[in-house]
Amino acid sequence: MKQLKYLFEKIDPYFKPGGSMSRFFGIYQATRTFFFLPSPVNRCAPHIRDHLDLKRFMSFVILALLPVTLFGMYNAGYQYYLAASLPEQIGFFKTFTTGALHVVPIIIVSYTVGFFWEILFATIRGHEVTEGLLVTGLLFPLTLPPTIPLWQVAVGMSFGIVIGKEVFGGTGRNLLNPALTARAFIFFSYPASMSGNAVWRVIPEKITEAGASIQNGITGISQAIPIVKNQIDQVLVDALSGATPLSLGGSTGYIEATLHQAGFDLKTLLTGLHPGSIGETSALLCFAGAIFLMVIRIASYRIIIGGIAGVVITSMIFKLLPGPQGTWFSAGPLYHLFSGGFALGISYMATDPVSAPGTDAGRWIYGFLIGFFTVLIRAVNPAYVEGVMLSILFMNVFSPLLDHITIKIAVAKRIPNG
Amino acid sequence: MTDLISLFVNSVFIGNILLSYFLGMCSFIAVSNNINTSFGLGCAVIFVLTITSPVNWFIYYYMLAPGALSWVGLPDIDLSFLKYITFIAVIAAIVQAVEMIIDKYSPVLYAALGVFLPLIAVNCAILGTALFMVEREYTLMESIVFGAGSGTGWMLAIVSMATIKKKMRYADVPDGLNGFGITMIVGGLMAMAFMMFSGITL
Repeated sequence: MKQLKYLFEKIDPYFKPGGSMSRFFGIYQATRTFFFLPSPVNRCAPHIRDHLDLKRFMSFVILALLPVTLFGMYNAGYQYYLAASLPEQIGFFKTFTTGALHVVPIIIVSYTVGFFWEILFATIRGHEVTEGLLVTGLLFPLTLPPTIPLWQVAVGMSFGIVIGKEVFGGTGRNLLNPALTARAFIFFSYPASMSGNAVWRVIPEKITEAGASIQNGITGISQAIPIVKNQIDQVLVDALSGATPLSLGGSTGYIEATLHQAGFDLKTLLTGLHPGSIGETSALLCFAGAIFLMVIRIASYRIIIGGIAGVVITSMIFKLLPGPQGTWFSAGPLYHLFSGGFALGISYMATDPVSAPGTDAGRWIYGFLIGFFTVLIRAVNPAYVEGVMLSILFMNVFSPLLDHITIKIAVAKRIPNG
Repeated sequence: MTDLISLFVNSVFIGNILLSYFLGMCSFIAVSNNINTSFGLGCAVIFVLTITSPVNWFIYYYMLAPGALSWVGLPDIDLSFLKYITFIAVIAAIVQAVEMIIDKYSPVLYAALGVFLPLIAVNCAILGTALFMVEREYTLMESIVFGAGSGTGWMLAIVSMATIKKKMRYADVPDGLNGFGITMIVGGLMAMAFMMFSGITL
């Protein structure tokens, strides 16, 4: 560590303004702060003494995401062997490595592409390489199905980082959550791999036969990985009765019964051994991460609790209304809370401090409306089976308005001088 | 009544005149720099749309539509090719008249709306609403609700755009994108978020 410090001090002058390498100050700064706390201090108030700079702040989010990621890898492997109906014979370790083999390339591509754009913009525009990317680059893969072609990951990440963040000036200035912007972009561009109707399972080759292992990916990493096209998925839906929980419903009888029959009781949905996006399946781990982030006060508890209240109240109202019993319209609050990406979205994406409102009252309303719109879309919009992503983006658009109204009301309440 | 409510919700959110049909973009981009003025313009658009839609409805169905002139004994005449120019003329005339009436009876409101009232005459959202009304064969009541709903949706979009621009005061936009460029990008991102509602049938 001492040697490293010495090294940094030695090369420091080259990167200072006027130095021969000053163009690459952003990269240097990012590497240095990775190891050491930055030395500059505030020159004017407020003088907050805290070691929690942006890098450490973001590291806590990564820490909270780690269990979700690891479980996502395990689940991808589990679903892989489940499709071949032999999850029991395979050991935990093998299942995990198989899943990791599918998930890790997605994460690598996401980070590589993200850092490429971030460093490019930092070098040309002379801002620092910031750490928001560490979270974005991990959150984005977690919202994707494990069957996603890697080039789509690259395309989505490019859009999310460049249009979602860099054109506004980088981390801390974005309007929408970059990870969700990226996901929404590929969701609308390549609906076949993202729709959420079909099974999001990586299927072993012997089931899908030769045609299934599609050569895709500009990197070549995925060549060996059997990735399933949508049509083959559709066939398998019948064969394995494995649609994602949210795409079920519409048949006769109660939605709870339909879900139960398909193997999605509350316990499965909570623990997360069911097909879905990489990070979204385990509501339990997502909420555990949320509690961790709330306790160390990185995530706003107002947003998370507001969102849960929104889902519970809205779905209760829908359940009491006379509606179709067989669809998600009348699924109870617990099913709405535990299924789909709600737990992941409200814990890690809605709480993004940049795109969420900055006022307390605004945060309550923001969270509540995210929950409300999530249930609304699941219940009444036949175009999308899942509404978390779009409702968070929608509320991101309106969070400045919420702030504006909140401040207006607060100002109006103030006792006038004299 | 339920139909009218769902038509209203439909025109505010699902078929938002600005973010789903991209009508009225020019004033959306140019006048969204200040929250209060964009709110004022939004109010003016609601006001004008709620008045012009039913007037255009009357003119279309009693003068221009095929067979509409049967009440003067000319059942074979089809003047619907005149609808564009007629609608524009009607909108301009009504905006002028409304302006004069407001000026006469409520100078405060007139001062608040200021230059935006005449600007609305050339707002494509107004003409677009009139044309949608014809195309979708709305009744008189529906056309009033549709006009008010479209206006509300337009106001919602422009006010949130203005608040976003206020938040973006701290953004560091590349020089080439400053101004209209970044506004178009933000508009596109907003439209992407509004796609949440596409597909809902009420």
